[in-house]
Amino acid sequence: MNETADSPASASFWTGTRDAAPGITRREALAITLKAGAGLSLLGQVGGLLRGAPEPQPSPSAPSPVTVTLNINGAAHTLAIEPRVTLLDALREHLGMYGTKKGCDHGQCGACTVLVNGERVNSCLTLAVMHPGDDITTIEGLADGDALHPVQAAFIKHDAFQCGYCTPGQICSAVALIKEGHAKTDAEISEQMAGNICRCGAYGNIVAAVREAMQPAG
Amino acid sequence: MNYFSYTVATQPDEAFRERTSPGRSAYLAGGTNLIDHIKLGVEQPQRLIDVRKLGFDRIEALPGGGLRIGATVRNTALAYDERVLKNYPVLSQAILSGASPQLRNSATTAGNLLQRTRCSYFRDGLSPCNKRQAGTGCAALAGFNRTHAVLGTSERCIATHPSDMDVAMIALDAVVRLRGASGERTVPLQDFYVAYGEDPVKENVLEPGELITAVDLPATEWFARSHYFKARDRASYEFALSSAAVALDLRDGVVRDCRIALGGVATKPWRAHAAENALRGTRPTEQAFRAAADAELSSAVSRAHNGFKIDLCRGTLMQALHTTVALA
Repeated sequence: MNETADSPASASFWTGTRDAAPGITRREALAITLKAGAGLSLLGQVGGLLRGAPEPQPSPSAPSPVTVTLNINGAAHTLAIEPRVTLLDALREHLGMYGTKKGCDHGQCGACTVLVNGERVNSCLTLAVMHPGDDITTIEGLADGDALHPVQAAFIKHDAFQCGYCTPGQICSAVALIKEGHAKTDAEISEQMAGNICRCGAYGNIVAAVREAMQPAG
Repeated sequence: MNYFSYTVATQPDEAFRERTSPGRSAYLAGGTNLIDHIKLGVEQPQRLIDVRKLGFDRIEALPGGGLRIGATVRNTALAYDERVLKNYPVLSQAILSGASPQLRNSATTAGNLLQRTRCSYFRDGLSPCNKRQAGTGCAALAGFNRTHAVLGTSERCIATHPSDMDVAMIALDAVVRLRGASGERTVPLQDFYVAYGEDPVKENVLEPGELITAVDLPATEWFARSHYFKARDRASYEFALSSAAVALDLRDGVVRDCRIALGGVATKPWRAHAAENALRGTRPTEQAFRAAADAELSSAVSRAHNGFKIDLCRGTLMQALHTTVALA
């Protein structure tokens, strides 16, 4: 994402040159950071910030809550919430369903992946009020009682998680990937799981788990 | 996020009325760009008007050939449509090279056309940014501008247009269908985006409240020989540093006609007319490809950190041309 690639803290920035796209050296980076920082101070940090900051908007009072009934894992849940509550926050903050995780809250990591009508989506970038009448499936809804979903079982068998934070999103994403039916090879599995990132680096085992889970049963 | 109200429009007139009433409002479809922006404070609408129930969700064959793609068709559905795969493969490839499956499942045709730059200064909500707030300056000019544009820039703004789908569509002579208070009209996609010029805030020709209803693709048979090539830091889930959408009408070893568009390097989806003109009528050789790329890139202006994009763009375009020639 451009946002991280431009920032000093991004991996692509600090690992220096790349064959395809030589970037800038660390020395240049430090110089710019110092110059930008000094520039802000010299111009008057306040002045510089105010120049670019959004115009303060008159703050309207909170609109009245909206009632929405969400169908989650086969059960209806009626909420009275503000329209700005994301599906992710509705699940975690309003329904106590903590299986779905908030990683970046900006659609860049996939930890919040849930299924809406069987399709994988980032629940952080959709509003709860957008989904009356939709069938929503979360990680909590995959197992059948104590019987694990085949994808869950495969993730355990193949040691496809370490800290487990990305895992609910990975599993929901994999369930949808298998249903989509476009991935045949490991490379295609990797490509089509690219929307779920894993800081622990369990990728190899995740692909192995998905490969197994997509085999016909028996 | 700021407070906002949410309504679902069931008729276009209802949508216009809401959208053109006083106060800040926005149309909402997939929300993958808009909700991101509201979280960042970059956009602060007080009213969201959901347009997904207006019936713009179909891909229809046009009577004379060609395709009409509804504004709220999701990117995934468009990418895997049989007719797109067969007749406009560059479009399918472009869509599938962008974002992630989750985002493509939510994102819509119109939303993709209207997505904003990912310039980090635009997005941080604080830096001087003529696009976010007219007249405040451009922090990218003297800042980190490795991913910024080399074509179509000005001293007011060098923000890259990030889309893949839009680049393929502009190569395919797409026409945008609009519906507003004054009725319906059509605009070729290459005239839809405006050059930043004086005011980088204005990015397209939409009039207040105007809705995109569909995008039409023509029945040009040779668009079936088309390809999208994207170069970027990561193999997936990453924006283009440089990309090229190419279609060739190759007959008897001569490029009778061609369409070329560039992504990742310009301030809007970039139809490369100079490259097309240089290539028309030539034999598809390395030399001809280089000349076409050079013709287009002669106006490129680089900044401190994105000079590499000029060479990369040349290479990307040449690679895309080679691949397109080699298609069966």
